[in-house]
Amino acid sequence: MGNEAIARGALEAGVGFAAAYPGTPSSEVIGTLAEVARDGEIYAEWSVNEKVAMETAAAASFAGVRAIVAMKQNGLNVASDFLMTLNLTGTKAGLVLAACDDPSALSSTNEQDSRPFAKWADLPLLEPATFQEAKDMTRWAFELSEEIKNVCLVRTVTRVSHARGDVRLGERMPPSKAARFAPTSPVEFASIPAPLKHHLMRQKLDKAREMYESSPFNWYVGPERPGLLLVTSGACWFYSLEAVKALGVGDSVGILKLGTTWPLPEKLVQEHLARTERVLVVEEVAPFLEGNLKELVGENVAALGPLTFYGKRSGHVPDSGELNPDAVIRALSSVLGVEKARVAPEYAQKAQELTGAHTHMRAIGFCAGCPHRATFWSLKNVLKLDGREGFVTGDIGCYTMALGPTGFFQLKTVQAMGSGVGLACGFGKLGQTGFEQPAVAVCGDSTFFHAAIPALINGVYNRSNFTLLILDNQATAMTGFQPHPGTGMTAMGEAAPVVDIEGVCRSLGIRVEVTDPFDLEGTTQKLLDLMRDDGAVRVLISKRTCALVRAREEKAAYKVHVDTEKCLGDNCGCARLCTRVFQCPGIIWDTETGTAKIDEVICSGCGVCADICPASAIIREAA
Amino acid sequence: MKEKDPLNVIVTGVGGQGNVLISQLIGKALVKGGYHVTIGETYGASQRGGAVMSHLRVSRQEQYGPFIPEGQADVILGLEPVETMRVLAQYGHPGVVVIANSRPVYTVAVTTGLAAYPGTEEVARTLEELSSTSWLINATEIALEMGASILTNIVMAGALVGSQALPLGAEAFEAELRESLPSDRLDLNVKAFRRGLEETKERGAGP
Repeated sequence: MGNEAIARGALEAGVGFAAAYPGTPSSEVIGTLAEVARDGEIYAEWSVNEKVAMETAAAASFAGVRAIVAMKQNGLNVASDFLMTLNLTGTKAGLVLAACDDPSALSSTNEQDSRPFAKWADLPLLEPATFQEAKDMTRWAFELSEEIKNVCLVRTVTRVSHARGDVRLGERMPPSKAARFAPTSPVEFASIPAPLKHHLMRQKLDKAREMYESSPFNWYVGPERPGLLLVTSGACWFYSLEAVKALGVGDSVGILKLGTTWPLPEKLVQEHLARTERVLVVEEVAPFLEGNLKELVGENVAALGPLTFYGKRSGHVPDSGELNPDAVIRALSSVLGVEKARVAPEYAQKAQELTGAHTHMRAIGFCAGCPHRATFWSLKNVLKLDGREGFVTGDIGCYTMALGPTGFFQLKTVQAMGSGVGLACGFGKLGQTGFEQPAVAVCGDSTFFHAAIPALINGVYNRSNFTLLILDNQATAMTGFQPHPGTGMTAMGEAAPVVDIEGVCRSLGIRVEVTDPFDLEGTTQKLLDLMRDDGAVRVLISKRTCALVRAREEKAAYKVHVDTEKCLGDNCGCARLCTRVFQCPGIIWDTETGTAKIDEVICSGCGVCADICPASAIIREAA
Repeated sequence: MKEKDPLNVIVTGVGGQGNVLISQLIGKALVKGGYHVTIGETYGASQRGGAVMSHLRVSRQEQYGPFIPEGQADVILGLEPVETMRVLAQYGHPGVVVIANSRPVYTVAVTTGLAAYPGTEEVARTLEELSSTSWLINATEIALEMGASILTNIVMAGALVGSQALPLGAEAFEAELRESLPSDRLDLNVKAFRRGLEETKERGAGP
């Protein structure tokens, strides 16, 4: 896996310290190092958020220990406050920041491109295209970082981080055992005086550019003087290669694959640009490479002459979403004006006729037995009972899926980590503008620690008015069940003090209740009561372990079946409440009997559905 | 017979059916057999009941990218019938070999009565029409008979190896199982694998 290759590269560079907050597609970088750290040679932690992760890793670097920090694209925003002064401060031992982007936002709330951060922060950037490069680049990134005394970014995308391939390993190097913090000047580890440090930072970047000119991570395949020069980086290298082969245009199209994308190795790039008149830039998300190439051409127009560029700006490459070989084939076809049918039209038509009626979308949703479905069921009913047009501000986690049908469309906002609580703080202070709707913020347990606490304190201090519903499933579920401060375990599998969410909330002097979401009636009562206790911040903690964790650790609580005598099917008047509204994938519809049915392969045995059936036809028996 | 290079394999199903695990087992076993293997997978949100796919590119010569172009799959292993049809329509071609599990995981559109799920005969006919060789196997039923539905993916891996559509023998896959699984779960998984092997062994697709 690309992320494992990054971790291996770090080990081969003698990394001694690794930190991250989990986030798809970055989580396995530190997850892998945390497994290795169990041998005691290195240290790895799940930090409370990305900024703290970056800070802990910087401390290691300051003390002479090579360190790596990994994050998804949104996490880089969180870490950026620190990063934008760390870049001025500089580093001591090699410090690598692995930023893993998610084009198409397959598991994210945006598809932000991390590469402009490198340009913005004047930090060197590397983009691995293959699994071997993911390892080799990471190892080299430590050397580069140490050489220029600044952070080095390694940026991947999902199709590098989460793809697997064979990699040739090198030797692992032991980490430094001589850590010591010893500043040589009063401001060595400060960002001030900023203008001077800014100047020095620019010099470091120039040094990186020099080193990039002879980097083995940049290469060219194609004719001496290509009719079209395709410039690409990262995962798009494979797609571009495949597209050139598929269209059989290798004689006239050359590919310049860049691994060192900021700062650009200007001499190398200019040599290639001078040999062509047309350039196609193939990259995902932002036209980063395209813009930088055009900037370079603009500065050297006398030497390079007129060049025609194709890419995102010309509309030949999609301006959003991830690319794949087919997208690059289409881009290349349109630039060259060649057509080549890749799929026999008769086959495609037959396939459409035979499958078209059945391949409607399969929507994602909460798993069978997920505590969130139960919580949102109660929340939906409470908002109705309360009757004041109350609404829910959302956050980042599995429960973001409550935007959709399995959370009954209850979430009305989703932005960044902790933002649901911050928004609720604001809604709760709109009273004097005639605002009367009650706001309910939801956040998960891991999100609570990451970014919700400051917003909660803000609400208490400013006497805002909202209910915070904490969905405590004892896991960072969406990213792979990493432990967090509430779980009593560290990344390295050691016992840790449990930071008690209930205790933290109570320390703020506010009303706090705890409920089991599988108790629909009790949860409904407690939540309704809290919502009506208007005028301050109050908290309900809905606590039940993630269904996927329960499936590993304990036996199912119930054996569930449908009593076909009691289920009235479409004559009931409930209009298939269980399959249409509750939408647990463990409940299916038996077209022969015309009743609901439990799919024993999928049912997790939580038994919650027995409480929603108006005909009491769903029977749960102790398993 | 000359091996196709790269050999493009798609393992598809619904999140939670274990397609990531078998893709990895197959990939690791093939790497040990001297092949370059690239696997593109879906993680995170799409694993929550959504359609999932792993793309495997197997080559003697070089490392390929993690995406198979449309119409270029040589082998499709489907853990769910409609997902198999979906992948076939996008990535299939007349020469593709298909091995599919017949047990459905219904979509919400089906359970709420908005759409009909195709019957087993229709699924079988569709797979046959759109492939050179196809098998429809009730792997979930076999797994349930063996005591646990989670064995379904291993039964299907057995069927895949038995079909001889991959340059991968039963011994090599079993060696991989022994290396990757904890010992208390090994026997049952090996049994499930061998049971799946039987399903396709008699009518191999040939390499």
